[in-house]
Amino acid sequence: MAGRDDLLALLLRIGDDHLILGHRLSEWCGHAPMLEEDLALPNMALDLIGTARMCYGYAAEIEGDGRSEDDYAFLRDGTDFRHILMVERPNGDFAFTILRQFLFAAYMHPVWDGLTGSTDARLADHAGKAVKEMAYHVRHSGEWVIRLGDGTEESARRMMAALDELAPYIGEMFESDETAQRLVTAGLLADPDAVRATFDGTVSRTFAMAKLPSLDVTAGISGGRTGRHGEVLGHLLAEMQFMQRAYPGQTW
Amino acid sequence: MYSQGLIGADGRTVEDEEFLTRFQARIDDEQKIEPNDEMPEGYRRTLVRQIGQHAHSEIVGMLPEGNWVTRAPSLRRKASLLAKVQDEGGHGLYLYSAAETLGVSREQMTEELIDGTAKYSSIFNYPTLSWADIGTIGWLVDGAAIMNQIPLCRCSYGPYARAMIRICKEESFHQRQGYEIVMTLAQGSPAQKAMAQESLNRFWQPVLMMFGPPDGESRNTDQSVKWKIKRFTNDELRQKFVDATVPQAEYLGLTIPDPDLKWNEQRQGYDFGPIDWDEFWRVVKGNGPMNRERVAARRKAWDEGAWVREAALAHAAKRQAQAAE
Repeated sequence: MAGRDDLLALLLRIGDDHLILGHRLSEWCGHAPMLEEDLALPNMALDLIGTARMCYGYAAEIEGDGRSEDDYAFLRDGTDFRHILMVERPNGDFAFTILRQFLFAAYMHPVWDGLTGSTDARLADHAGKAVKEMAYHVRHSGEWVIRLGDGTEESARRMMAALDELAPYIGEMFESDETAQRLVTAGLLADPDAVRATFDGTVSRTFAMAKLPSLDVTAGISGGRTGRHGEVLGHLLAEMQFMQRAYPGQTW
Repeated sequence: MYSQGLIGADGRTVEDEEFLTRFQARIDDEQKIEPNDEMPEGYRRTLVRQIGQHAHSEIVGMLPEGNWVTRAPSLRRKASLLAKVQDEGGHGLYLYSAAETLGVSREQMTEELIDGTAKYSSIFNYPTLSWADIGTIGWLVDGAAIMNQIPLCRCSYGPYARAMIRICKEESFHQRQGYEIVMTLAQGSPAQKAMAQESLNRFWQPVLMMFGPPDGESRNTDQSVKWKIKRFTNDELRQKFVDATVPQAEYLGLTIPDPDLKWNEQRQGYDFGPIDWDEFWRVVKGNGPMNRERVAARRKAWDEGAWVREAALAHAAKRQAQAAE
């Protein structure tokens, strides 16, 4: 049976995935390749940060120890974060950022779709909103994957390079552990096989149109779900948490 | 996309006395001038310059605020700052579209921004050094922008006036948001209050400069007022701004850094001390603290994005060719 700790673990996994990816996207703010993307990237970042806030707020209520959503974001150290490694990778070029966004959204869309039927009412309620957001992220980033994959020689080369860079991080999205298994059994989390099947379908359709090779997901680099992150995370947190660390205990 | 047919259009007009009188009569009658209407070349050029500068200011203005998106002190602030900077990008987009109705393309205008020939508001050549600057920019910079922009909602050129209506609504939301950030700091710890005061000290003079040089030195004012592109002079707007802002600072318990600031009962307005116009011209001419970095950041985004834009065009061409088969 999944208990309180399992639900908390789930909220931190989802919350951290969304916060860290939202933070990375927000780094593009004002530096995108065209004005339309200066609007689209923050739009997606806002969706992701919104979901992180829901997760942390809900976690804080369950823990009931007076912590706030901000305590989860700004006062935990790297080893306490539970996101997958892909989301913390530095932005690279636009091909890398957009392919990472596509892969993440292609994975999260069926996860949220499954969560609309979660036995946890709060998660099910948020899933109704998040599933629409993820559908948009899949569409927007997917269109770019196609344009860049089947654009110029340079854009195709950059998409291939991005795929090479990201490939080792894809497997971690589908790893399971005892916590995840209990959550699935309790009806809190979607069936991982169904998520994987939907992900594979979305990716193969888009990659075919983008003239990218079919994706071969093998075991790669992982550890994020147990707090074993890359060196890059510490630097991300040093920046993101600066104000709360420099001026502890203030209201902003 | 109705503007596209106009890009590079031959806007030459025979500007005899009768034509100019007829045009001025339309302006005096408060009629809106629309893209396909005849207009004097000087009117068109003034608008292209002004709308272009305005659009560039929105785009360059994303940088000083974007500088704090990754360091915002709470998730709520992070989200609202991100949304605000996104709004500025949206304003840039409407304004470039409004300028395109006058026969210039966004690409042309962007090239002029990154090669340094086009100007943008000099305020964005100052750095954002603390979180309080994000509040100060919303409160004062957006506040000054609103003061400048509300009259533009009645500008004689239709597409610009209509773009400004929406922009002003969003700017006034930003201004309240900024004021709320400064209020939170002013009511916070001594360190937070000091942060707010230090930020006000740095921004006050540059914000007053946002209204442009004094009326006696402003080349463009007279004709622009006659054409109803501008409705108030620089000094009139600056005075309105000071009069509106002093009570707000008092409410916050912050001190405006001007020893000469005092209420003038006779004029029913505040007298204020001299503005350092040498600094203003230094910044306008390219030697403000951040000019080089701002333009370099825009150039970098444009240059590094070239392959993305090329790929999008190449892909669209392939699609079109496939559809034609």
